[in-house]
Order: sequence, then C-alpha cells, then structure tokens
Amino acid sequence: MKQGLKTLTIRSSPHIGAVSSVDTIMFNVVLAMLPVCLFSIYAFGLSAVLVLITAVVSCVLTEHLLCRINGIPTTVGDWSAAITGILLGLTLPPGLPLWMVAAGGVIGIGGSKFLFGGLGCNAFNPALIGRAVLQAAFPAAMTSWMRQTQGRFQSLPSSTLTVPFTKPVYVDGVSAATPLSAWKFEEKATSTPDLLMGLTTGSTGETCAILIIIGGVYLVARKMMSWQIPVSILGTVAIFCTILHLIDPSRYAGPMFHMFSGGLMLGAVFMATDMVGSPITHRGCVVYGVLIGFLTVLIRVWGGMPDGVMYAILIGNAASPHIDHWIQPKVYGSAVKGVPS
Amino acid sequence: MAVGFEQEQSVTPDDFIKGVWKQNPVFVQVLGMCPVLAVTNTAINALAMGLATAFVLLMSNIVVSTIRNVVPKQVRIVTFILVIATFVTIVDYAIQAVSLDLHKALGAFISLIVVNCLILGRAEAFASQNSVARSALDALGMGVGFTLALLCLGGVREILGAGSLFNVRLFGESYQEWVVMMLPPGGFFTLAGWLLLINWYQQRKSRLQEAKESTL
Repeated sequence: MKQGLKTLTIRSSPHIGAVSSVDTIMFNVVLAMLPVCLFSIYAFGLSAVLVLITAVVSCVLTEHLLCRINGIPTTVGDWSAAITGILLGLTLPPGLPLWMVAAGGVIGIGGSKFLFGGLGCNAFNPALIGRAVLQAAFPAAMTSWMRQTQGRFQSLPSSTLTVPFTKPVYVDGVSAATPLSAWKFEEKATSTPDLLMGLTTGSTGETCAILIIIGGVYLVARKMMSWQIPVSILGTVAIFCTILHLIDPSRYAGPMFHMFSGGLMLGAVFMATDMVGSPITHRGCVVYGVLIGFLTVLIRVWGGMPDGVMYAILIGNAASPHIDHWIQPKVYGSAVKGVPS
Repeated sequence: MAVGFEQEQSVTPDDFIKGVWKQNPVFVQVLGMCPVLAVTNTAINALAMGLATAFVLLMSNIVVSTIRNVVPKQVRIVTFILVIATFVTIVDYAIQAVSLDLHKALGAFISLIVVNCLILGRAEAFASQNSVARSALDALGMGVGFTLALLCLGGVREILGAGSLFNVRLFGESYQEWVVMMLPPGGFFTLAGWLLLINWYQQRKSRLQEAKESTL
C-alpha cells in the first residue's frame, strides 16, 4: 500500500516479497478487462463510452470524496474503485440514463464498500450491489436493451442524456430482447456463434464471450485469479443444463446457449472471482462456484427473471464466510482439521 | 412490584423527552421493527400507524399503572396483553370506521400492534412500577417518538418512491420513481440510513464532549 510518509517500518518476515501487491493485481485486472471494454464500445458506440466513463468517474470520485470526508489517505490509487466502475459499466444496459449509472456507482462504492470499512471489508461485490439496487429501483430502464445499430458512433440514444431524476424516453424499435429473454418469453433461440462473437443485444460488456475468456486466461496465467471459481461455475451450469436439455429439449435450452448468453461469462470470470467476496481455500472456491452455477440455472429456468447471475453471485458472496468456516485446511502437524496441536 | 418499597417520584419533563429523543423507540431502542419496516411505504400509512400505536400505548400505560397494585405478579404479563388487546380492538374498529382504504393498506399490522414489544415493554418496565401521571407522560413521549420515527421513514420512502408527500405531488410528471423504496427492501435501506445518521451524530457529539473535557 502506498503511504504518504517514508519512515522506518519494522516488518515481520518474509523480507523479500513478491512484487505483486494489491495495486499491481488490480491494475492487471483492468488490463484484462480492456478488450471487453473496447468491444463494447465497438458494439454499442458512443452510449457505451459514456456509460463506462460515467460509471468509473462516479465510483472513483465517491471513493475519493468519502476518504477526504473521513480524513484518511485516499485509496483511489489501488485501482479497486476503477475496477468496480468498469464492472458496473459493463453490466448495465448501454442506453441507460447516465444519472442512473452515476447513482449505481455512488450506491455501490458508498453503500456497500465504504460503509463496511473499505477494500477487503466489503461482504459483497460493490459493482453488483450497485447494479442490484438499480435493477430493483428502475426495473423498466434496466430491461430496455439497445440494439447494435448503424449510427451508433454518430448519435446517442434518446435515453442516455436524460435529465437527472426524470424518466427516460425510449424511441420505439430501438430496443430488442436479449438472447435470454427471447428464449424465456418468446422461445426463440440464438445461435452459438453469434453469442460467442457478441453480435447480440445485452449489457454493455456481456455480449462477447471470447474476449472475456481471453481476459480470464491472462489473469489465471499470471496467477492473479483463482481458476477454480470460473471453471466450477461454468462446469456446474454445463452439467445441469445438459441434464435438463436431455429431459426436454423443447423447454430447456442446451448448455452452450446458457454458458455463453447473458452475464454468466462476465460474472464467472470477473465478478465471482473478486478476492474479497470469495472463499480462501481452493476447495472452498469449488463449493462456491458450484453454488453460484446451480443458483444461476435455477433462477434462469424457474425464476421470474431471464438472468440470475447477479443474484447468484451475491448469494455466493453471502455464503463464502460460511464456506470458509466449514472447509478449513488441515493444519500441518495436527490430527484434527483446523485445530493446531 | 413490591408495593411497600415503591417511591413516588415527582413528574418531570424528562419522562416525556426521553421517549422522543434519548430513548427513541425506533432509532435508539430499535423496538417494534415489524410495523416500522412493513407499513412505512407512504407518509399517511406511517402517520396512521404511529398514531394508532401511540393511542394504544397511552391507554394501556394508564390502565396498567392504575391496576399495578392489584394484579398478582404471576399473571401480570397476561393481564397486560389483555389490556393492550382491548385497546387494539378499539383502534381496529375506529380505523375501519374512519377510512376503509387506510384499514386495507395497514392490513394485519393493526392487529399486530398487540405484539409490538414497545407497548408490552413500556407496560412491564415503566407503567407497572410508576404512578399514573408519570406513566401517561412516558407513553406520550414514546408514542410521539415512535410516530416521528415512522414519519421519518415514510416521508423519505414516499418522496423517493412516488415523488410525493402525503399524496401531494412534489415534482413534475416526468419524475422517475425509485420503485425499490416502496418495496420491503426500501424499508431496510431507509431505516439503515436513519440509524447511520443518528449514530454518526451521537458519536460526533460524544467525541466533541470528550475533547472539551480533556482541554479543561
């Protein structure tokens, strides 16, 4: 951590540490998300640019101001607020009014991270809390999905620049169903190549599964992310959906559709792996991943909403301290789990 | 309830004020959360609920205090509940007579005033040990404190959730409602927000006082 004063500090061993600190890991997460951000700008144009910038600025500014008010050194430099902002921006619909985006950032950072004591003390993923509150507060705006149109780089959708605290106005025919809602409400399937390439409607950053996987592989290769979590989430979803698909193919979509549609890939790779909200042990991570995958399919197939990744991850966050409590590694040299002799 | 040792203390304004602020039933004692969270979605509901509770609290405190020397200790809780239930029934019919819409909006929560731990708590902790005048003043203070707290919640929730206060529109037609504030989670958010604000104020006050004392 960066400290303002350079004084002699007494530290316990090890004295030669690895170079990776909170800042460098967080910065690499930002790097891994950059391709996803760039694709979202390509897919949704100016509105995606504005949504992402607003989300990041509101998160970073909230963190900075709250630190200043409380008279502690600003923690903006550790990149975690920026990551929350990018993640929030990536999970919101591209045409969302910017004042709602900013409100989500303030609620996420202020209400679910800073009030609990800042980075490392938050029980839930701040970006997802921001999104969950927005989803509950503005259900209409949060489910108006913009199409990828031709003039996306020249003009903004009418809803983006809505005056704060007023209702957005949507032009007819601009919005369309996401692959998941099309399946749920109209029983229309979307082809897997389209889902992989991101040529669908959806949240700003959830459409292109390939780029998200590339970002995840980069982080795993640099040992900055636990691979157990995304693999167990996606594996559970795949197995569960295959069983359902084999029972009744006309009612339940196949595993490929569920794995690459909606926010599952983004959630499994970048949200569920948040180090603060996930369990500590590898076995705990697998349990956590299986729980999230199972809940996701449960909400998608039998719930009222098309996508349930957000709620599944939040429930997973809530369960992770308990998972850590139950699954404790055997302490070296002891006979009983978790109890040193 | 040892009758012989009971000391008649004089009536002080503190009996009233402590219920409104220092021992506010919602913000300090955090009692009676069920109506606080459930029926504060609009300011009118909150006001009606607060007044109904305050009325039951006042009447039951007076009656409990009057009969405090004749009720055997073993059956006092049952007696208190019977007294409270009597007044809740009166309130229930009164609200039904005044406004059926309001009765429908408050629903089961009028009957549930019986089990509001604030009322039984005051009967047991205060009215059964103090004079009628003091008990009445205590009930008034607690009732006003409860009603004010409910109004604080109901006001915020109605302004954010519907853009109005006491059914008067505050903003234009294009105001975007925060739907979540009218739903149960909104009750939790608003209560948490008020508790945060009040605790922050109290802590700041005690910090300032400590600083003042240390400089003296």
